[in-house]
Amino acid sequence: MGEMETAPKPGRDVPPKKDKLQTKRKAQDPFPGPAPVPVEVVQKFCRIDKSRKLPRSKAKTRSRLEVAEAEEEETSIKAARSELLLAEEPGFLEGEDGEDTAKICQADIVEAVDIASAAKHFDLNLRQFGPYRLNYSRTGRHLAFGGRRGHVAALDWVTKKLMCEINVMEAVRDIRFLHSEALLAVAQNRWLHIYDNQGIELHCIRRCDRVTRLEFLPFHFLLATASETGFLTYLDVSVGKIVAALNARAGRLDVMSQNPYNAVIHLGHSNGTVSLWSPAMKEPLAKILCHRGGVRAVAVDSTGTYMATSGLDHQLKIFDLRGTYQPLSTRTLPHGAGHLAFSQRGLLVAGMGDVVNIWAGQGKGSPPSLEQPYLTHRLSGPVHGLQFCPFEDVLGVGHSGGVTSMLVPGAGEPNFDGLESNPYRSRKQRQEWEVKALLEKVPAELICLDPRALAEVDVISLEQGKKERIERLGYDPQGYDPEAKAPFQPKPKQKGRSSTASLVKRKRKVMDEEHRDKVRQSLQQQQQQQQQKEAKAKSTGARPSALDRFVR
Amino acid sequence: MKARAQSLTAQYLRPKLTHPGPRGNQGPGGQTPAHQRNTGWVEKRKPHPLTAVSSPASPFYAGPSLHGSCFSHALYATELTCTSRAIDGNRNCFAAGTEIAFLRLPFLVHGDNDGEREHQKLLEAISSLDGKNRQKLAERSEASLKVSEFNVSSEGSGEKLVLADLLEPVKTTSSLATVKKQLNRVKSKKTVELPLNKEEIERIHREVAFNKTAKVLSKWDPVVLKNRQAEQLVFPLEKEEPAIAPIEHVLSGWKARTPLEQEIFNLLHKNKQPVADPLLTPVEKASLQAMSLEEAKMRRAELQRARALQSYYEAKARREKKIKSKKYHKVVKKGKAKKALKEFEQLRKVNPAAALEELEKIEKARMMERMSLKHQNSGKWAKSKAIMAKYDLEARQAMQEQLAKNKELTQKLQVASEIEEEEGGTEEKVEELLVPDVVNEVQMNADGPNPWMLRSCTSDTKEAATQEDPEQLPEPEAHEVSENSSSQEVLSELRVLSQKLKENDQSRKQKASSEGTVPQVQREEPAPEEEAPLLLQRPERVQTLEELEELGKEECFQNKELSRPVLEGQQSERTPNNRPDAPKKKKKEQMIDLQNLLTTQSPSVKSLAVPTIEELEDEEERNQRQMIKEAFAGDDVIRDFLKEKREAVEASKPKDVDLTLPGWGEWGGVGLKPSAKKRRRFLIKAPEGPPRKDKNLPNVIINEKRNIHTAAHQVRVLPYPFTHHWQFERTIQTPIGSTWNTQRAFQKLTTPKVITKPGHIIKPIKAEDVGYRSSSRSDLSVIQRNPKRITTRHKKQLKKSSVD
Repeated sequence: MGEMETAPKPGRDVPPKKDKLQTKRKAQDPFPGPAPVPVEVVQKFCRIDKSRKLPRSKAKTRSRLEVAEAEEEETSIKAARSELLLAEEPGFLEGEDGEDTAKICQADIVEAVDIASAAKHFDLNLRQFGPYRLNYSRTGRHLAFGGRRGHVAALDWVTKKLMCEINVMEAVRDIRFLHSEALLAVAQNRWLHIYDNQGIELHCIRRCDRVTRLEFLPFHFLLATASETGFLTYLDVSVGKIVAALNARAGRLDVMSQNPYNAVIHLGHSNGTVSLWSPAMKEPLAKILCHRGGVRAVAVDSTGTYMATSGLDHQLKIFDLRGTYQPLSTRTLPHGAGHLAFSQRGLLVAGMGDVVNIWAGQGKGSPPSLEQPYLTHRLSGPVHGLQFCPFEDVLGVGHSGGVTSMLVPGAGEPNFDGLESNPYRSRKQRQEWEVKALLEKVPAELICLDPRALAEVDVISLEQGKKERIERLGYDPQGYDPEAKAPFQPKPKQKGRSSTASLVKRKRKVMDEEHRDKVRQSLQQQQQQQQQKEAKAKSTGARPSALDRFVR
Repeated sequence: MKARAQSLTAQYLRPKLTHPGPRGNQGPGGQTPAHQRNTGWVEKRKPHPLTAVSSPASPFYAGPSLHGSCFSHALYATELTCTSRAIDGNRNCFAAGTEIAFLRLPFLVHGDNDGEREHQKLLEAISSLDGKNRQKLAERSEASLKVSEFNVSSEGSGEKLVLADLLEPVKTTSSLATVKKQLNRVKSKKTVELPLNKEEIERIHREVAFNKTAKVLSKWDPVVLKNRQAEQLVFPLEKEEPAIAPIEHVLSGWKARTPLEQEIFNLLHKNKQPVADPLLTPVEKASLQAMSLEEAKMRRAELQRARALQSYYEAKARREKKIKSKKYHKVVKKGKAKKALKEFEQLRKVNPAAALEELEKIEKARMMERMSLKHQNSGKWAKSKAIMAKYDLEARQAMQEQLAKNKELTQKLQVASEIEEEEGGTEEKVEELLVPDVVNEVQMNADGPNPWMLRSCTSDTKEAATQEDPEQLPEPEAHEVSENSSSQEVLSELRVLSQKLKENDQSRKQKASSEGTVPQVQREEPAPEEEAPLLLQRPERVQTLEELEELGKEECFQNKELSRPVLEGQQSERTPNNRPDAPKKKKKEQMIDLQNLLTTQSPSVKSLAVPTIEELEDEEERNQRQMIKEAFAGDDVIRDFLKEKREAVEASKPKDVDLTLPGWGEWGGVGLKPSAKKRRRFLIKAPEGPPRKDKNLPNVIINEKRNIHTAAHQVRVLPYPFTHHWQFERTIQTPIGSTWNTQRAFQKLTTPKVITKPGHIIKPIKAEDVGYRSSSRSDLSVIQRNPKRITTRHKKQLKKSSVD
């Protein structure tokens, strides 16, 4: 464990020049200076890529760079120091020696945990309205679920307080909370409807028809809808405008997930590819061939590093999304997974028929290892929707028999950001947060594969601008090319001798002179070369022989 | 007559010059009558009414006897009122006098004109009798080839006249000295140069003014720079110091009332402690007044100077005391050597152990000498001497001395002992005591074993012992030798050893000559299979050719037996060419085989932990796989994907431009195509773009199109001090928003560059601030924070108290 040298060295804890009396009187601080910060944590907050070597820079530039680096270090140290405030620790499940955690059933867990946590495990027995899709709000406090046969309900699942329960009298394909728990988007058979938490229909968006899947991008206030018609539509819910409607040209779309890191939408297609979309581009940002058969489910982890896909070929794969898009691990499942979801801490859940399997990795930011499942659970019906509850060790499963909330220790992030998504916030706080969030809304066109690219210079325009300027001026004013010099500009003369024609003539003269100089120089060079050649020839062949004529 | 007249003028004009005029032509009479002479040159008096000269007492009236002094007077006259024309014939015009007295110089015209002249004179004389015509000027005449009416030319003399020459023959009188001085002054005054033209003057003025103002303004530079670099500037710069009166002033308003308080006050006042206003106690004041600051400074400076001088003198004296002549040093050295020898002798008698140590010291000196190049005549001095040595005997001697010294120092001790032994057997006993330990025993001192010594020992002993086991390690041998040598026949052995040494040298030389063949063997010698402790030993150097051969044989065997695996290992290590190849191939395989990628056998979940799941049997699984295969037989996903990728790559490639005009320069018409040559000629090939990101990723198509929406938000012009976009990017990498930073960091990152307080006047920086040299702004503010910010009330109080 290396430690940053932020504190003064322990060797010189006594300040060199100070009143001796004072130091005597005062009790000496055994740990003077600010507390040391572990380097790894600081490194986490460093963004400047120092591996790239910069070209030589002037003193002024260098000072600016130094300032930037110092700032970065300072801020990252401060951020690392504030990690101390994240006091909560994630939950975990550990078997005894040789015990397989997958064999521990929910009942055992519920028995073991405290009452408050045990209350988080529940089953809603709703056999009437068919398989359910479900969605947790961003704070993890509210749960909305919609049954295939039109049953839509929203509730504060912690207190089990029902907010609304309606039947939309139409097939419900998907359901999703918008930025707060007050708004609810329901993809119904024909159109997309938006309800409030009272169950009152606010909007019917007819431009989004036959929607199969919904995704909400919270920082951009975009509702992405994938439809049967093959369109991916982005709806800006803050202004109610459709930002982009992109034709995926891959038939019916019913597999969709979002990358929480860069807000890119991942679509799974029947030809085994997964395409990545941004509203700024008409074409997919990337296409990845993942499976031999069609893709059944896609999920991306919260760091945006790993993508899990399952296909009709019964395989479950985990891909690396950091530029290579290569599968890291593969596993064949007996039935194949129909639904996938990542938890905040990187647990992967797959719904296969009526069974739910959970795989865990080595903590946050590591891919889940598919060797051995972490937990398994069997439900009363085939799984239809899966989502981990944010900030809770809870997995919500929607199935044909209703909705099940099961305990998965170590799934949720233990520390929440009170300013960002506070599970305990009041209505007033929510309203304030809403205003702030709207003010900080990210424009839709900023969605791209590498969000850090926005902190880069647009090199192409830069180069083009440079070139244009040079063309316009005829030389390089900023001295990028040290050999270029300003072109001759004839001085204006008096007494009517400065006519345009004479100016041109004078210019011409100078140009011709320069040209002649060049020609002269090149001629000289040629001559020199020839002389050298001749000299060489002379030196080699002292006497011309009769056979020389045949030499070419 | 003519000749004389010439000489006379010459005498008058430039008396000291060796005159070209023929003096010898003077008449035999030599002296003409004075009267005649006089009339000869002072032809006519031309009195001017205004001049002093024209007074009747003027020397021009003097009779012929006075002609000697007449010159001086005439000159005096010239000084006063002469024209330059009359004197040196140049055009230099002295504007000294306003009046001009015309000296009529007697110049005789050439002989032909003599008669004419006389006639003229006569006419003049006659006309002068008539009073009216007195003013008329006489014609000017001059003894020159060219007679001009306008100037006096000195052509006849051939040289120019200088004003000073006129003075020289005359005795220097006091009156003349002043004249000379004045003349000199006049002469030294050079002509004033033409004033420059207006533009130039203005340019110079501007330049000077610019420099001046630049200098004046440069004092602001540090301040400006500091303010520019400052993270934050708060205006107004001058901080209003809150007027906090010192405690004394507060106290002064308070008066003692109770008797106790009064008593205390009395006590305090008795002690003259500064309770109230006076900031200094009377004692302090007195001490301050004791010596004025200037006085103190002066005294201090004086003391300092005295001390410095003393120290200089001391240093000098010390240095001079140290300096000694060469000879002195030589003598001292010799003396020291002698003394050391004596002491050594004594030591040997008294304390043999100490003597041994002394000897070891000598040995060490020898080692040092052998290591260093000190006396090898290779230094700068030696080289310079070597050049001189051919001609300079001393230099040669010096070099010889150096070499001798080297020899002396590097000489082995036992040789010396040999000599001693040869000289006389008297010291044999001593030799017994000394030599064996020092020379033959392997040194196991604090210095550690000297490997070179060790090796030579062993080699010696090898040969001496004649065919001992070659594989034996050197150390035991050495011990044996030492044991042997500790026996009585030390001296004889010594002799043998010295002989061997010589032989050894020879063999070494041989070896050096044969080294060309050796290196392979030598290189292989430190066998890698040896263990660490063995490796630590130095490789034995092969001494003779025979040994070499032996070694070679051994190596052969070893090579066959042992070094094979090692060699293989080495090969694998040493051939870096092979290494990268293998992974490359592997990589390629990985990259290309998309089929592999998708159809790899992946571990299937056989044992899902849930007991309720039926475990598929192998057959069943196989069946299922078969079914899947059949189901997807039609759609070849991979081929489609590859095709798509190829198309995407093609689409993104830059297109070539075809500029061929069909029918241009050849037959046109339907169905005719331009020739291939032409097409090739007019085809502009598009430059190769950068490699695609998905070039090595077979299962990925990455869109290379530029995202213009994102580009609109990117920076497209580099700000000023940056020359490369990487530099600028580095400065904007760190996010400054509160989302990514702690509150403090966010505040610091977003502090405004300039803060102005509302309602405050921002005054320009004052010159006093600039005069202050410190670099930080806080210091500036400190300077401004003078203690003058005490309210007027307090000031008054202060005054009062000081009066009291």
